[in-house]
Amino acid sequence: MSFLSIDGVVKSFGPTTVVKDFDLRVERGEFVSFLGPSGCGKTTMLRMIAGFERPSAGRIVIDGEDVTDLAASRRRIGMVFQAYALFPNLSVHDNVAFGLKVAGRPKREIGPRVEEMLTLVGLPHLSNRYPYQLSGGQQQRVALARALAPSPRVLLLDEPLSALDAKIRVSLREQIRALQRELGITTIFVTHDQEEALSMSDRIAVMSEGRIQQCATPFEIYNRPSTRFVAGFVGTLSLIDGVRAEGAGAIVDGTRIELSETPPVAEGAPLTLTLRPEAVKLEPSSDRPNRLTGEVRDAHFMGSVVRLDVHVAGSSVLVDTFNRSAVPPPARGERIDLYFAPADVGLLADRPQT
Amino acid sequence: MSAPATTPGGRRASRAGPWIVVVLAILYFLLPLVATFEFSLSMLRGVWSFEAYKSVFSDTRFRETFTFSVIAALVTIIVGSLLIVPTAYWVRLKFPKLRPLVEFITLLPLVIPPIVLVFGYLRLYNSSSFLPFTGSANGTYVLLIFGYVVLSMPYMYRAVDTGMAAIDIRTLTEAGESLGANRITVLFKVILPNVRAAVLSGAFLSFAIVIGEFVLASLLNQPAFGPYLALVGTHKAYEPSALAMIAFAVTWACMGLLQLAGRKRTARRVAAPLAVKPNQGSQA
Repeated sequence: MSFLSIDGVVKSFGPTTVVKDFDLRVERGEFVSFLGPSGCGKTTMLRMIAGFERPSAGRIVIDGEDVTDLAASRRRIGMVFQAYALFPNLSVHDNVAFGLKVAGRPKREIGPRVEEMLTLVGLPHLSNRYPYQLSGGQQQRVALARALAPSPRVLLLDEPLSALDAKIRVSLREQIRALQRELGITTIFVTHDQEEALSMSDRIAVMSEGRIQQCATPFEIYNRPSTRFVAGFVGTLSLIDGVRAEGAGAIVDGTRIELSETPPVAEGAPLTLTLRPEAVKLEPSSDRPNRLTGEVRDAHFMGSVVRLDVHVAGSSVLVDTFNRSAVPPPARGERIDLYFAPADVGLLADRPQT
Repeated sequence: MSAPATTPGGRRASRAGPWIVVVLAILYFLLPLVATFEFSLSMLRGVWSFEAYKSVFSDTRFRETFTFSVIAALVTIIVGSLLIVPTAYWVRLKFPKLRPLVEFITLLPLVIPPIVLVFGYLRLYNSSSFLPFTGSANGTYVLLIFGYVVLSMPYMYRAVDTGMAAIDIRTLTEAGESLGANRITVLFKVILPNVRAAVLSGAFLSFAIVIGEFVLASLLNQPAFGPYLALVGTHKAYEPSALAMIAFAVTWACMGLLQLAGRKRTARRVAAPLAVKPNQGSQA
């Protein structure tokens, strides 16, 4: 049985339903991200796991215990907020000790535990400081230590990096992930930043309009998006409209494209192919039998990478090529051939929009 | 070259206005005080003396009534805080839509004169009513305290509510709850310490109101300082001035003590709001 299971959870505020029929199983020690644009219901779902909101329908079970109607204070969860939410009147030490004191742990246990937690987040020297004396990154690390101190069953992270500047964001996310692995704590991470989700998670639940669009490993989410929404939201992806051909193939602009799998639609039916910019090459090779011809619309020179926007059969196909000093990038209006492997062509399950 | 020449002149001219206002305000507040003080010293003809003060201090009723009022003020502050702080917290947290209504209710004591309040009390809680508060000395005292709490409510609520606006009570509450604390613990361990300065400023105002209060104390026949001051004022000349000066000094001293008591526990921290306001827009 899964450690955390969410069964058919629905949440409505008045007439608006923000979370619709949410199902998820999370294993012990797993790091799962809720990724989606703002307003997709990811924070609301997290708040329901925390106990700050009550589901309109459905069940939430943690470690075999149905917590759906349990008060937040009795769920034994740890939460880190975007706004840090450290208690301004307490020192760093007392902030971290708060949960332990509330739980009635003996004093002789609290001191060493606080030390241990602060060492874990790398701030043992700041235990006498007050929150206003710390930088944002330090405050968030204290918040993390505070959430972890009472040994919660689940760690909930609500966009904990969004308020920090870029450099600290990257280092802190690595730190959070390393800590999570070390402690083996089941973690739910809410973010709208795909890079964060891709780099940190065991699995990502991509959400849109209150539903999970796809829940899979970062590798799968990135390489095999199952819906148009996921394809568009995660990474850069070119969408090419075509029709199903005989066998594992599709017809785009009169050219047959070989696919690695047989599309689940009838022959002649429209389908959407996906291509990552880095999978498309300008040179043919034996493992890249597919070829499309298009007109260069734009060439963005970005240093080591040159991104080409190529117009193919009404679709815009993006191509990333490495810069080579000997070969200048193709000029606008030039017609070029694009080569790619069948395995790099994705298929969207939902119908192309007309 | 002309610019530096005119700038200082212009500055001097623009500064004169505020200074005049400040001087006028100081005169407005200080002149009556100085005049009262001067009068209180002139009980003996031709010389300045503390004769009036001697007379005041020799009256045991002065000490009795003043102590009574100081205690009543402290009790009012305690009862008022216990009533107002949880109310303001709860309204902000759970019923933000009710805030205008609650604000209106807390402002009513400013609109309704205390005389109306006390007559209402006497009518509702007289010795033959279902709640005969005025039937006993203790009951009347309780009624007096309730009245004082009502009178100080507008100031107390405003101060506390403003204090709560400065911290993100919702997120702090949720942080406390996620760490296993119930709402009561959150209120006393997290919210209250962070609005202590606000509660304290509400307490000062309550203190000042209660010390000089006349109507409630007089009509409920309580041995408070206000009625005593009025009584002395009706049949003595120099003593009321001395009393006023003493009351003025002692009230300030009491407030100073309150502030010290409050400072002691908050000395190590600056009232710092959360470093980052929660980004409501990004809440999914």
